[in-house]
Amino acid sequence: MFKEMHDLFQWAWLIPALPFLSFLLIAFVTKRSKGLSSTVSILAILSSLGMAIAIAYSVIRAGAEIVEHPAIVTVNWLNIGGLTIDFGTIIDPLSAMMLFVVTLVASMVQIYSLGYMHGDKGWSRYYAYQSLFASAMLGMVLATNLLQLFIFWELVGLCSYLLIGFWYFKVSAREAAKKAFMTTRVGDFGLLLGMLFLYSKFGTLDFVALSAAMSTSLQDIAVVGTAGYITVMAFLVFMGPVGKSGQFPLHVWLPDAMEGPTPVSALIHAATMVVAGVYLVARMYFLFDFASPEALQFIAGLGAFTAIFAASIAVVQNDIKRILAYSTLSQLGYMMFALGVGSFSGSMFHLMTHAFFKALMFLGAGSVILALHHKQNIWDMGGLWKKMPITGWTFFIGILAISGMPPFAGFFSKDEILANALQNGHPIIYAVGLFTAFLTAFYMCRLFFVVFMGPEKPENHPHESPWSMTIPLIILAFFSVVGGWVALPGHYNFAFFVHYGELHHVAIDWFLAGISVIAGLLGIGLAYAIYVKNVISAESIVARFPGVYKLLKNGYYVDDLYLWIIHHIMGGMGKILYWFDINIVDGIVNGIALTTRGSGKLLRRTSTGQVQMYAMVFFFAVVVIFMVFAFGEGQLSALNPLATLGGVK
Amino acid sequence: MSALPTVSSLSMLLPFTLLAPLVAMLLIVFLPKEETKTIKLVAAMGMFVSLALSIYAFFAYNIEQGGMQFTLTIPWIPDLGVNLALGVDGLSLPMLLLTNLIGFSSIYASWNMDKRVKEYFILLLILIAGVMGTFIARDLFIFFLFYEIVVIPIYIMVIIWGSSKRVTKEYAGMKLTIYLLIGSAFLLVGMIALYLAAAAGGNPTFMFEELAARQDLYSPAFQKVAFALMIIGFGSLISMFPFHSWSPDGYAGAPTAVSMIHAGVLKKIGGYGLIRLGIYVLPVGASFWAPYIATLAVISVLYAAFIALVQKDMKYVVGYSSVSHMGYVIIAIAALNPTAVTGAVAMMFAHGVMAALFFAMIGFIYEKTHTRNISELGGLAHQVPRLATGFVIAGMASLGLPGTVNFVAEFTIFIAAIKVLPVHTVLGIAGIIFTAVYILRIIANVMFGPRRSEWDHLTDIRGPELVPLVLLAFVIFLGGMFPNILMGLIDSGVNSSGLAEVLETVSQAKIGGLF
Amino acid sequence: MSLLNNFSNLSVGLTSYLLVGAMLFCLGLYGVFAKKNMIAILMSIELMLNAVNINFIAFNRFIWNQKVDIHYVLTGHVAALFIIIVAACEVAVGLALIISVYRNRKSTNVDEFNWLKW
Repeated sequence: MFKEMHDLFQWAWLIPALPFLSFLLIAFVTKRSKGLSSTVSILAILSSLGMAIAIAYSVIRAGAEIVEHPAIVTVNWLNIGGLTIDFGTIIDPLSAMMLFVVTLVASMVQIYSLGYMHGDKGWSRYYAYQSLFASAMLGMVLATNLLQLFIFWELVGLCSYLLIGFWYFKVSAREAAKKAFMTTRVGDFGLLLGMLFLYSKFGTLDFVALSAAMSTSLQDIAVVGTAGYITVMAFLVFMGPVGKSGQFPLHVWLPDAMEGPTPVSALIHAATMVVAGVYLVARMYFLFDFASPEALQFIAGLGAFTAIFAASIAVVQNDIKRILAYSTLSQLGYMMFALGVGSFSGSMFHLMTHAFFKALMFLGAGSVILALHHKQNIWDMGGLWKKMPITGWTFFIGILAISGMPPFAGFFSKDEILANALQNGHPIIYAVGLFTAFLTAFYMCRLFFVVFMGPEKPENHPHESPWSMTIPLIILAFFSVVGGWVALPGHYNFAFFVHYGELHHVAIDWFLAGISVIAGLLGIGLAYAIYVKNVISAESIVARFPGVYKLLKNGYYVDDLYLWIIHHIMGGMGKILYWFDINIVDGIVNGIALTTRGSGKLLRRTSTGQVQMYAMVFFFAVVVIFMVFAFGEGQLSALNPLATLGGVK
Repeated sequence: MSALPTVSSLSMLLPFTLLAPLVAMLLIVFLPKEETKTIKLVAAMGMFVSLALSIYAFFAYNIEQGGMQFTLTIPWIPDLGVNLALGVDGLSLPMLLLTNLIGFSSIYASWNMDKRVKEYFILLLILIAGVMGTFIARDLFIFFLFYEIVVIPIYIMVIIWGSSKRVTKEYAGMKLTIYLLIGSAFLLVGMIALYLAAAAGGNPTFMFEELAARQDLYSPAFQKVAFALMIIGFGSLISMFPFHSWSPDGYAGAPTAVSMIHAGVLKKIGGYGLIRLGIYVLPVGASFWAPYIATLAVISVLYAAFIALVQKDMKYVVGYSSVSHMGYVIIAIAALNPTAVTGAVAMMFAHGVMAALFFAMIGFIYEKTHTRNISELGGLAHQVPRLATGFVIAGMASLGLPGTVNFVAEFTIFIAAIKVLPVHTVLGIAGIIFTAVYILRIIANVMFGPRRSEWDHLTDIRGPELVPLVLLAFVIFLGGMFPNILMGLIDSGVNSSGLAEVLETVSQAKIGGLF
Repeated sequence: MSLLNNFSNLSVGLTSYLLVGAMLFCLGLYGVFAKKNMIAILMSIELMLNAVNINFIAFNRFIWNQKVDIHYVLTGHVAALFIIIVAACEVAVGLALIISVYRNRKSTNVDEFNWLKW
C-alpha cells in the first residue's frame, strides 16, 4: 500500500506547478481573453485541490507510517563547491493539512472572485497573480529545506505586494502594498540571518538533516555553548514569522493590507499567507525545542500580547475589513502562543479552522461591500439580514465559530489551545487568551449586530450576491461547522497525525471548555446589550474614557512611531549622508580637480607671449646647464667642455 | 560529447566574437549618415553575431575539463613578452556573455536615437568591443589596452549625447573619464611593478597564468604595495567607497546605452580584475588588505543605500544602488573563500543584467517624458504597462527577490562570507532592508498611483524597444530558477583556474570567524 | 688659466678670433633680447650668425688645420657658407613676415605681439 502511495507523493510537485503553469499561460497567452484567463486559473487550482484531497486521503490511510517517516522527494537545485541546495516536496500530515486548506480556500476565493471582480479592467492580471500566489504558497508548504521555504516565502510576499496594490491607482493601496513589503522585509532580514548562521554551523538547511545535526551536536559535550547559539538562531528565525504573521511590533502592515480586493484579503491576509509564519515555526519546531526555554516562552509571550493587543484595537474600529484584519492579527497571536506553550497540534488545528471561518467572514464582508457599492464603514450598513439571507446566515456561522461556540470549529481549536496553556503551566497566558476570547466574541458580534441587525439605511439598496459568490460562502460555512470535528477524542484524530514529539491523547476538559464558552457568551451578550438593546450606550463609554478610545482607535500610535522613524531617522540619515557625499566626498574629488586647475592657472602667467622673454629664459637656462657641466663634480666633469678648450694651445 | 568539435578547433571563436561588432562598426563608417535605419540594423546584426557566438561558447564550454578554453595565443611583442592571448574560463565566460547580452540590448535601447546616429553607433560598438576584449584577454597587457580603449568612446558619448541634470553632462563626462584614468594610472604602476618582479624569474611575461605561477618571486611587502595599487585602480572602477563619486553623476549624465554598459559590465571589470589579478596573483597582499576593503565595502553598502533613499532623480537612485550592490561583490572578494568568489562573479553577472534593465527602462521613461524626476512622474502603469512591468522586474531583481538570479548570487555571497566576516556580512545584509525601501519607493511613486493626464500621450514600448526587456528579464528569471546553469560554470572557473587552491592556502591562517 | 696665458702672448691667435666672435654674439644676443623693433631683432640675429661664422673659420684655421694630399680641409668654411645661405633665406622669410605683420598691425614693435600666450 505504501508503494502506490509513494507513486502519488512523487507527483506532489504538480500541486504548485499547475497554478504556476496557469500563471505563465495567463501572462503570455490568454491575457487578452478574460473568460479564458479565469477558466485556466480556476481549473488549475481545482486540479491542485483534487490532488491535495487525494494526498490527504493517502496520508490518513497511511496512518502512523507517514507520521514517523515523511515522504520526501528532492532534486538538486544549486550545487557549487561548499553549497548544495535541493528542492523537493515533503509529505507529512502537517503539509497535507496545509495543502488541503490552501487549495480549498484558494479555489473558493477564485470562484468567488468571478462575481466580486466582475467587470474589473485588470481581470486577467488578477487571475495571474492569484495563480502565482497559489503556486508560491503551495511550494512553500511543500518545502523540504529552509532555503526553499524562504524562496517561496518571499514569493508569496511579492504576490501579496502585487495584490494589495492591485488597484494601483489608489494612493492608499499603493502605500499599503509598499508598507507590507517593507515591514515583512524587516522580519525576513532576521530569518535570512538565522538561516545563514544555521547553515554555517550545521552545514545543511534540510529540515530533517538539520534536526538530526542539532541533536547530535547538543549531545556532543565537547562543543560548548551550542544551546546558546541555537537560541540566538531561534530568535533570528522567529523574526521572519513576526513579520509575516503580523506579530507585534511588525503587525502594522496587515490592517493596511485591507486596501486590496476583499477576496485577496480573505485568501492571503486571513487564511493562508499570514499563517506562513506559524507554519514556519511549526516546521522548525525542533529548533525552538532545542533552544533554551526562553525562546518558546518568548514566542508564547509575544503571541499572547499580540492576541490581546490586536483584539483591543479591533473593538473600536469602524471599517468592516479592518475589524476583520485586527481579528486576524489577534487569532495569529493565538496560534503563535499556542506554539509557545507547547500546544503544537492545537496551533495547527486552530490554523486550519481559522482559515475556514476567517475566509468565510472575509468573503461575507466582501459580499456586503459589493452589495453596498464599496462602502466599508459598518455604521453605513444595517438590516442586511433580510436582504442578504445567505450572506447573513453564513456570516453568522463564522461569528459563532470564531467566538468559540460549540459545536462550531473554533470551539474545539480554541479550547484545545487554552487547555494546553493551563495544563503546561502558563496561567497568565491562559488568562490573556481567555480574555481575548471574550473580546473576540464581543467585537465580532458588534460587527455582526451593527451590519446585519441594525436599522436599515434607506440610501442602500442591497441585494444578495450572485451564485458564484454564495456557493463558496456555503462551502466554507460547511467547513466552519464540521472542521472542528476532526479533533473529537478518538485514536485517529487530528492530534494523532499532527503533533510534535510524544503523542498525548487528551480528552476534552469540559470544565475549561465551559469557562471558554461562558467567556464567549459574555462577549456576545455584552455586544447584544450595547448594539441591539441599547442597554448600555457605547457613546457614554467613549465619553468616559476618551484617552483610551483615542489610543485604541489609532492602534497605540505604532504606525505613527514608525512613520516618524522612517521620515526622520532614515530620511534624515539619508539626507545627512547625501550632504556628506556631495560636499565632502565629492568635495575632495572636485577639490583635487580644482587644485590642478588652480596651479595651471597660476603657471600660465609665466607664458607672457613675449618671444624675447622666452628667448632670454632659454638662454640663461643654457648658461646654467653649461655651468653645471663646466664646474659640476663627479661624472659630469668627464664631459667638461673646458677640458677641450684647455687643450688648445 | 564527441559530436562537439575539439576545443582547439574553436580557437577562432573568441576573435570572431570580438571582431563582429568591429566589422559592423567598419560597415557603418562607410554608410551614409542619413541611412539611420540601416545603421541601426547593421549594429544590431553585429551584436547579434557576437551574442550568438558567446551563447554558443557558454554552452559549448566543457565544465568537466575546466580551465581556459577556446584559447588563441599569438606572440605580439616577443621582447616584452606581450601575447595577443585570448581565452575564457568559468570566471570570464559569464562576463563575456553579460557583455554581449547588455551590448545587444543597448543597441535596441538606443533604437530611437536621432542625433548623429552614425557616430553614436560607431562609438557604441567600439565601446562594446573594448569591454569584451578586457574579459577575454589572458594577457595583462591586452587587458589594460582594451580597458583604455573603452574610456575614450564613453567620454565622447557622455559629452555629446548625455543629459544635464544636477550636474552638466560635460562635468559628468570629465569626472567619469578623469576618475577612471587616474585609477588606471595607479593600476599601470602596479602592473609594471608586477611585470618587473615577474620578469626576474625568466622570460618576461604579461600572461595571467604565468604571473600567478611566479608567486614565489613576490615578497609579502611587494604584494602589499602592489595590491594596494590594484585596490585604488580596480576599486575606483567598481566604485568602492570612497572612490565611488563618479558613478552616480556619470550614470546620470550618460545616455541610456552608456549607462547600461557602464553599470552593467564596465564596472565589473573592477571586480573581475580584483579577482583575476588581485587575489589570484597577489594572494598575500589580498589577505593583508582584506579586512580593510571589507570595511570599505560595508560602508559602501549602507552609505549608498541611505543616500539612494533621498534621491530625486531615478538615475541617481539606481546609480547609488549600484554602488551599494557592488559593496556585496567587494565583501565577497574580501572573504577570500572560493564559494564567496563564485558568489561575487554571480553577483556581478546578476547586477549587470538588472542594472542594464533598470537603466533601459529609465531611459525609455526619460525619452518619452523628458524627465527623470520622481516627483514629476506617477501612475505611469496606466499609460505604459509593459514599461511598468519591466521596471518592477528590475526593481524586484534589485532588492534580491528569490526567483531572480540576484537572489542566488546574494545568498551565495552571504552564506560564504558570514563564516569569515560575520560582522561585516550581518551589517551588509541589513542593507537589504534599505534596498527594499528605496526600490519600493521609486516603483510606487513612478509607476503606481492615480492616473496623470499629462502622460496620456505616452506610447508603451513596442517592437524593437521590447528587446531589452524580454532578453534581460528572461535571463534574470532563468538564472534565478535554474541557478546551476550559471553557478556551475562559475564554480568550475573558481576551482579549475587554481584560484581555489590559492585561496585555500592563503585563508588558512585567518579562518576562525564566529564559530 | 689657459685663456689668460693666451692673452699674455700677444700674437693674433685663435683666442683673438674667438673673443671677437663672442663679443659679436653677445651684441647680437643683447639685440635679440632688448630691441623692440623687429627689423633690429632680425639684424641682431644676423650678428649672432656671423659670430658663429667667425668661430667656424677660426677653428678650421687653428685646430682643424689639416691637409689631405695637397689640399687644406675646409669643413669650417663650408659650414660658414651654408650659414650665410641659410641666413639669407631666413632674412628673406623674416622680412616677409615682418612686412605682412606690419601691413596688418601698422607696427613692428614686438611688445605689441603677445598672441602666443595661454
